[in-house]
Amino acid sequence: MKISKDTYQKITIKLKINGEIVETDIHVSDLLLNVLRDKLGLTGAKPGCLNGDCGACTVIMNQKPMKSCLLLAIEAIREEITTIEGLLNSTIQKEFVNHFAFQCGYCTPGFVMVSHALLMNDPNPDKKTVIEWLSSNICRCTGYQEIEKALYSVIKGGNACGLKPKNTVKSNGAKKTDETGRLN
Amino acid sequence: MVMIGKSVARKDAWEKVTGQAKYTGDSQEGDMLYVEKVISPYGHALIKKIDLSRARQLAGVKAVITGGNLPLTGEEIRDRYPIAYKRVRYHGEVVALVVADTPKRARQAADTIHITYAPLPVINTPRQALDPKAPLIHEDLGQYKKISKVYPEQGTNIANRTKIRKGNMLKGWSESDVVVEESYSLRPSDHAAMETRCALASIRADGKVFITSSSQAPFMIKRLISEYFGIDIGDVIVTTPLVGGGYGGKASVQLELLAYIASRASGGRLVKVQNTREEDMLTSPCHIGLDATIKLGCSQKGKLKAVKILYLWDGGAYSDKAVSLSRAGAVDCTGPYQIENVSCDSLCMYTNHPYASPYRGYSHSEVLFAFERTMDSLANKLGMDPLELRRMNAILPGHTTPTQVLLNSSSVGNLPACIHRLKKLMEWEKGQRIDLGNFKVKAKGISCVWKTSTIDTNASSGVILIFNPDGSVNLVSGVIEIGTGSKTILAQIVSERLKINLEKVKVQMKVNTQSTPEHWKTVASRGTFMAGRAALQAADDAISQLKHLASCVLRAPVEDFEIGGERVFLRDDPSKGLSYKELAYGYTYPNGNAIGGQIIGRGHYVLRHLTPLNPETGAGKPGPEWTVGAQGVEVELDTREYTYRITKSISVIDAGKVMNPKMAEGQITGAMSMGLAFGGRETFYFDDLGRVMNPQLRTYRPLRYGENPEYVCEFIETPQKDSPYGLRGLGEHGLLGMPAALGNSLSLAAGVHLNELPLLPELIWRKRKGADEGDLL
Repeated sequence: MKISKDTYQKITIKLKINGEIVETDIHVSDLLLNVLRDKLGLTGAKPGCLNGDCGACTVIMNQKPMKSCLLLAIEAIREEITTIEGLLNSTIQKEFVNHFAFQCGYCTPGFVMVSHALLMNDPNPDKKTVIEWLSSNICRCTGYQEIEKALYSVIKGGNACGLKPKNTVKSNGAKKTDETGRLN
Repeated sequence: MVMIGKSVARKDAWEKVTGQAKYTGDSQEGDMLYVEKVISPYGHALIKKIDLSRARQLAGVKAVITGGNLPLTGEEIRDRYPIAYKRVRYHGEVVALVVADTPKRARQAADTIHITYAPLPVINTPRQALDPKAPLIHEDLGQYKKISKVYPEQGTNIANRTKIRKGNMLKGWSESDVVVEESYSLRPSDHAAMETRCALASIRADGKVFITSSSQAPFMIKRLISEYFGIDIGDVIVTTPLVGGGYGGKASVQLELLAYIASRASGGRLVKVQNTREEDMLTSPCHIGLDATIKLGCSQKGKLKAVKILYLWDGGAYSDKAVSLSRAGAVDCTGPYQIENVSCDSLCMYTNHPYASPYRGYSHSEVLFAFERTMDSLANKLGMDPLELRRMNAILPGHTTPTQVLLNSSSVGNLPACIHRLKKLMEWEKGQRIDLGNFKVKAKGISCVWKTSTIDTNASSGVILIFNPDGSVNLVSGVIEIGTGSKTILAQIVSERLKINLEKVKVQMKVNTQSTPEHWKTVASRGTFMAGRAALQAADDAISQLKHLASCVLRAPVEDFEIGGERVFLRDDPSKGLSYKELAYGYTYPNGNAIGGQIIGRGHYVLRHLTPLNPETGAGKPGPEWTVGAQGVEVELDTREYTYRITKSISVIDAGKVMNPKMAEGQITGAMSMGLAFGGRETFYFDDLGRVMNPQLRTYRPLRYGENPEYVCEFIETPQKDSPYGLRGLGEHGLLGMPAALGNSLSLAAGVHLNELPLLPELIWRKRKGADEGDLL
């Protein structure tokens, strides 16, 4: 696949999202966030700043939380993407409900995804690690205590291990290719 | 009570944790057009020339719109064109709109518009605006159309003046042995809701206008679009889905006007206007700023005797909600104390800043920062415990407020009880300032708070309960779910009154002004009080209908029926009765005959006996009750670097009745978090051209996880006798005392008067350095 320098050129790409292969027409300059929302109808990831500051658009790419406003859609080709829509009935979601860990709900998909990704990577994180991961996102409604309680109740419950999102296949994340490599 | 006081799960829980919850910006339709803005790069300038030639030629561009031929708008004074005309008065003001078939094309076209400006002198503070030599921001102030209860002063930058004249100031000062006078300053800042504002509009061939908006006030949008553009009010239909945070910022009507104008210019097509984060901070209305001077006197024993107050509100370039904010600041111009002699002038000033919208607390956290800092200064001068000074002056039933409302045990909560609990929770007896060694000082600061609402005296709230065939009920209310969970509380109320399972109360989250009864605006911590009363009435109406139907079917007097277990039954023989299910759609006899019909309960509520303020004395009754509370903050200050850590934040609030403990705690702790961020770090930085230098979430920094202190939250319950189950409003109150308590703790820790916000280490360093050198920087 050849990419011209014209950012308005449309191309067809395949993405693997929530375990399904989807095909969509995009501009090469399109953000992953906008493709998810506008092309694929996956509006769980929210725009909050388009600047990487707030984390409301967080998705999981190859088991790592990524801000989808900082990714071009073409960077997600051949990667395993999980959005909040691919995460049904996870323990962390139940604990968010039990602990009232949301109010307006706008930042919630982002916080659920970053918490879930943390538990996938480290089922028993220490306090410093939790702060490091969760401070990537902003919640303006709660005082964060409820989110903290929701997360720690999963950690204490020891349910974190079985928490792989539905349909997520373990990726070979070690493979590093340059951007054109990913596209070819 | 089965349902009241229980931490039942929120009705919007699962849709929110699964990403299924839909907000305004999530809506996407095939024929949608997109609107991009061109905004002013200056705080104050004349528009000399606008070159649209390139924008109009680009593919996909449907319309390019500039100012002119648009009505003046504003809720109380009509002083603002929705799109600037000939002149811009703040950085971020909309100068042109482009409508195109994709967001990218609209942005590309907007970026080709070339505008020539001639900068004008900028007014950067309300004190500057008050200077008689200051340039006028609105030369035609006296000519603007306005409502009757606002008093703009032609030839000045004063959009409104509220006067409080209570008691006899001469007497008050003559009885004052100790007097302090201090000045305070805080700049405008932002709500920073995670969802940026968004509005959609379309206009049908028959003239019907459809708006969808992320708003706290869809019914106000309906009214204002009707008034501004001369459309029958019933032809304006506004929908609001879930809202991603409001905090007052979405109670102003702004983007909706732009969406309407853009749709009108595009043949009525569906258009979408969504703010970028930067536009949300610059262009849309912000959190108001304040300059204040307070002179407070008391007797030798600490009894407050007199206070003279000047509040200069930084209302920004247009008066919209700022006039009402300045009025609310006058209503509760003191802290929650009995003071017989009060003189206050609260002025809404025009400046070249983004204009103001409500902010959680509606002027109260700003007023309380100034007043509660003054209380600490007074305690300091008296050599008295600041908590004791507050306790002995605490407002009580039998006292009067600054607007001369005589309080009773229903209309005001129990402040002494709050102070008593705060004292225990803060371990006050162990000392207020503790040297921890190693250049660390721990200090405790407090603030007492109160607030009533200042909404329209005839603001209405309605609820409809529509039964389903299985006996469950749909709850329809105009309260917006902005995150506070008010609609879950309404469901608890309905469940309790109808004696049905909470699962059987189905809540309609979305509001549509054509099919939902009005709730004036989702503001002022009035949702559960007003809509709660309407819900009770609607439930009683439904019960009456169920009983009448049962009375007919079972041939017994209506008065003999009771309800329970989702049945209507005879009091003396509960086995004889009918289930809600059998009556929900009327009753059908075995032979097929039927009577009645679907049960539809109706309820509405208007707060009683409210009056506007007297223009000379301020006397008047703005709200039904004052929620009170006592709050504290503990900090650890590094005395070399002046950095600090907030270790604990405490609120004791008289909630009247805690309807859902976990949700109430969530409201209070969330509000504390917001108040600490506002007090500690959030502000707009303006340059000499009136430009906001930090309109991004990396330069404007809300609290993040890990920066939050430990939160402690307790409630006192003194019922408000008119409200559902005695509840009082509490959505805003956790925020109110935070800036003041933080200021008091840091002032004590650093040993200097910190009378500005935000309380950054740099401020402490400047004041400390000034104190050390005897020369304030």
